[in-house]
Amino acid sequence: MTKIELTVNGTKHTCEVEDRTLLVDLLRDQLGLTGTHVGCDTSQCGCCTVHVNGRAIKSCTLLAVQATGADVVTIEGMSRGGKLHPVQQAFTDCHGLQCGFCTPGMIMAVAALLKDNPHPSEAEIHHGLEGNLCRCTGYINIVKAVKRSAEAMK
Amino acid sequence: MFEFDYVKAKSLPDAAALIAANPEAKLLAGGMTLIPTLKQRLARPSHLIDVGGLPELRGIEMKDGRLAIGAAMQHHEVATSTVVKKAIPALAYLAGHIGDPQVRNRGTLGGSVANNDPVADYPAAVLALDSMVVTNKREIAAADFFQGMFATALEEGEIIVRLLFAVPRRAAYEKFPHPASGYAMTAVFVAETAAGVRVAVTGAGPGVFRWSDAENVLAKKLSPAALDGLKVDPNDMNEDIHATREYRANLVKVMAQRAVEKLLATK
Repeated sequence: MTKIELTVNGTKHTCEVEDRTLLVDLLRDQLGLTGTHVGCDTSQCGCCTVHVNGRAIKSCTLLAVQATGADVVTIEGMSRGGKLHPVQQAFTDCHGLQCGFCTPGMIMAVAALLKDNPHPSEAEIHHGLEGNLCRCTGYINIVKAVKRSAEAMK
Repeated sequence: MFEFDYVKAKSLPDAAALIAANPEAKLLAGGMTLIPTLKQRLARPSHLIDVGGLPELRGIEMKDGRLAIGAAMQHHEVATSTVVKKAIPALAYLAGHIGDPQVRNRGTLGGSVANNDPVADYPAAVLALDSMVVTNKREIAAADFFQGMFATALEEGEIIVRLLFAVPRRAAYEKFPHPASGYAMTAVFVAETAAGVRVAVTGAGPGVFRWSDAENVLAKKLSPAALDGLKVDPNDMNEDIHATREYRANLVKVMAQRAVEKLLATK
């Protein structure tokens, strides 16, 4: 077992993990942050997307030990003072979900996309969300929610 | 995953010493291929030696007229680098179309080149741009480096440090991506250089290759129509559930024509 320190949603944690433990398993099983989902477990679907040092990554394809010293943000860390993050609010307003399983990963991917490109075109939204799959194929409202988020964050 | 020991290398010599001392160890950079491979239990390394953060493997700069990119530079960093965009915009475009955003935030140039997946994007640019692969031991020309499916000239324990890309007059990359995975079903990198036109094809055959027939006709006339009369032998192509040999042979020509058209549209 290896002892690692990392910051998750602003709180410092010291955790004991096996070297082969995936970041998503540390988040869900040890820290109880089950908002980050495991969909495909093969780095295709993006349900496990979190931010590591400000960049969106698939936490099923990162070892927890690789996140030593990192600043990790999960879906649980997006709202502030009981107020939803603008991307969360836009997904609510536009009904950017059907079953909701992909939603936490979608929201983390969209927040990262808008940080790089605050006003994406339709094509840029499609390109920016290539790493996230919605099995319900509810993409029309998801794209709407991205546009609404961009407006709200102006 | 089977068990392994994770070790973060402190320096390039440290990484080289660790890999020499542990013959069953593997180098880890972005891990976008290695970690999925481990999860499927297709490999059983004793150690993972993390070279992803090594300063010796980082950085992008123009050096003696060539574009030098550190092996641990992530695809996102290459895609958005002002130095890369100015020197070889087609390379920035290629990097921005690998996998998906999350993969581009982790995956590295050196990892892609060392793995030499026959459907990877970077090998096409490395070969078309007559690049040098700089390791901790020597410099290897791209033509000698790629040796077919997942095979390279790298020796046991040899570590890629950086790549040196020759800067072309103009270049373009066109990919026919697999609709789900984004991998190249066929992709073509065309470069117009002082020494002539170079055409490198990835995704179609068992490894990246130069299409010399196309280079010869494009040297006489640089236009998509120049390729009209050429045929690619389907027997040299890969075949899988996604595309037959004949389909891939046709894609090589179509993607090359599109790349030439795109190249001509650049200044």
